[in-house]
Amino acid sequence: MTRRPLRPGRGFGYWAQVLGAHAVLLLYSGIALFPIVLVVINSFKERRSIFRTPYALPDAESFSLVGYQTVFSGARFDLYFLNSLFVTGVSLALVLLLASMAAHALAEYRFTGNAFLGLYLAMGIMIPIRLGTVSILRMMVALGLTDTLWSLILVYTAQGIPLAVFILSSFMRQVPGELKDAARIDGASEYRIYGLILPLVRPALGTVAVFTMIPIWNDLWFPLVLASSERSKTVILGAQIFLGQYVNDWNAVLASLTLAMVPIIVLYVIFSRQLIRGLTQGAVK
Amino acid sequence: MKPTKRFPVHLVVFLAPATLVYTVFMIYPLFDSLRLSMFTPLPDRTETFAGLANYVRLFTDANWAPFLWNAIRNNFVFFAVHMLVQNPLGLLLAALLSSHVVRFRAVFRTLLFLPTVLSIVLVGFIWRLIMSPIWGISEDVLGLFGLAHLNQPWLGLEATALVTLSLISVWQWVGIPMLLFLAALVGIPDELIEAARVDGANAWQVFWGIKFPLILPTVGIVGVLTFVANFNAFDLIYTTQRALAGPNFSTDILGTFFFRTFFGAQLQPGNPTMGATVAGVMFLIILGGVLVYLFAYQRRLQRIEL
Repeated sequence: MTRRPLRPGRGFGYWAQVLGAHAVLLLYSGIALFPIVLVVINSFKERRSIFRTPYALPDAESFSLVGYQTVFSGARFDLYFLNSLFVTGVSLALVLLLASMAAHALAEYRFTGNAFLGLYLAMGIMIPIRLGTVSILRMMVALGLTDTLWSLILVYTAQGIPLAVFILSSFMRQVPGELKDAARIDGASEYRIYGLILPLVRPALGTVAVFTMIPIWNDLWFPLVLASSERSKTVILGAQIFLGQYVNDWNAVLASLTLAMVPIIVLYVIFSRQLIRGLTQGAVK
Repeated sequence: MKPTKRFPVHLVVFLAPATLVYTVFMIYPLFDSLRLSMFTPLPDRTETFAGLANYVRLFTDANWAPFLWNAIRNNFVFFAVHMLVQNPLGLLLAALLSSHVVRFRAVFRTLLFLPTVLSIVLVGFIWRLIMSPIWGISEDVLGLFGLAHLNQPWLGLEATALVTLSLISVWQWVGIPMLLFLAALVGIPDELIEAARVDGANAWQVFWGIKFPLILPTVGIVGVLTFVANFNAFDLIYTTQRALAGPNFSTDILGTFFFRTFFGAQLQPGNPTMGATVAGVMFLIILGGVLVYLFAYQRRLQRIEL
């Protein structure tokens, strides 16, 4: 028998509660969106309108792309964008591959040191890798990797592994054992079994992907420390430097902020359902 | 789980790559950095073992100690604002988003989390523009409430810059506690809440009497995550106030102090071993926070559950 959840009486108190809840959420949504919307709409206006009518949408009279022209002539944002894409893409692929392999081993096999290794790998969730920067820079200098994208990729891969192993192994433990045993009886190798399990934890892989990707794309610290040369700049470092140089050119500042923001917002809106579902499920466990 | 019999080659194949990359590029640098904090540079560019001299210098030398204590104090203020504003606000939003009476919950959830996916660099700049007296946005917004006369260059004043930056950081990160609390709240079985309603409890009593005690583990996780993130923060201050964390170091936190010590800024030359020492202090503070959580908070919770 299914029962509808009990509702409180629909008197004045109930409606006041409903109204109040929506009012608070609307108000805070406004606070969350207002600065972002303001920057985006003003990036398409000519300079005077930015100051005279900041809250108006750009119209035929105020529309201008002069900020974007300055951005593209003043900085190699196309190059920075490709750098960010390469660093984020390769690091993400490495994290997913290495972490899923390790998570599979931790979830599937009983061996001496399993618990210890799990704990060792989980340690990195709480201790920020940034604290090892002095030593990381020296290591990259010794390896001849400074000002290369590979220095970033190695650091981000190491940084992403702990949480990814933790989340993936907790999901992989829930894959029923019968499935694997059946495959073993059919003569599947251990590597084949790993290949069979991966598609079964696809939602977890999606969650891990989003959580790995966002901090890598948005990072300022390591690009600043390890790869600040013109040809290895990422979008965020490029934007940071550009914004510092063009601080008084409002059109250019607004346009570069919009350019750096929009890709991640578009990705987020596309994947938000999966991200939030993954987070809410992952956190319950 | 299957017990393995022959030498488990596949185990090595599965585990070695992740363990190796993680050990070489994360664990080794952390420990090597702690080791470096016990060395001091010589004029001939080599380094010599100095024991805890760097730490003593950092905590007692008149050229270092005031900056260190200033950064630690500011960092605790930064943390306090997050605990007092970000986490209660996240809890409030999560409570509303988990309520059955609210419509369009998925839309609200997506919108409220949006600032969290943006880069801190961009967020810092956006807010600098909003607060810029040239643009006058903050004055207009206050004007809506008839408070335009209260408008001030908050980021430029020693008394207000740190709290203002903390609130900007709250604006960006409130999505994380919100989602973690939301996950915990939707995990509470409906029967418990219905039972209380039948007994005549109102929404307020249900929340504080039943829901909140049940999500205490999440409260602890949110607390420790906030602590680690805040004592590791850097980008926002560096972007808006530059490496010197002005005005007059009033927004200097451990992350910016670490960066300045390591790389130098303006007249101060960079000093890798002292940088490693500052990182060592940050490591101890963060470790202390995590241990308090693990041994005091979590253990106490377990006792209550038993």
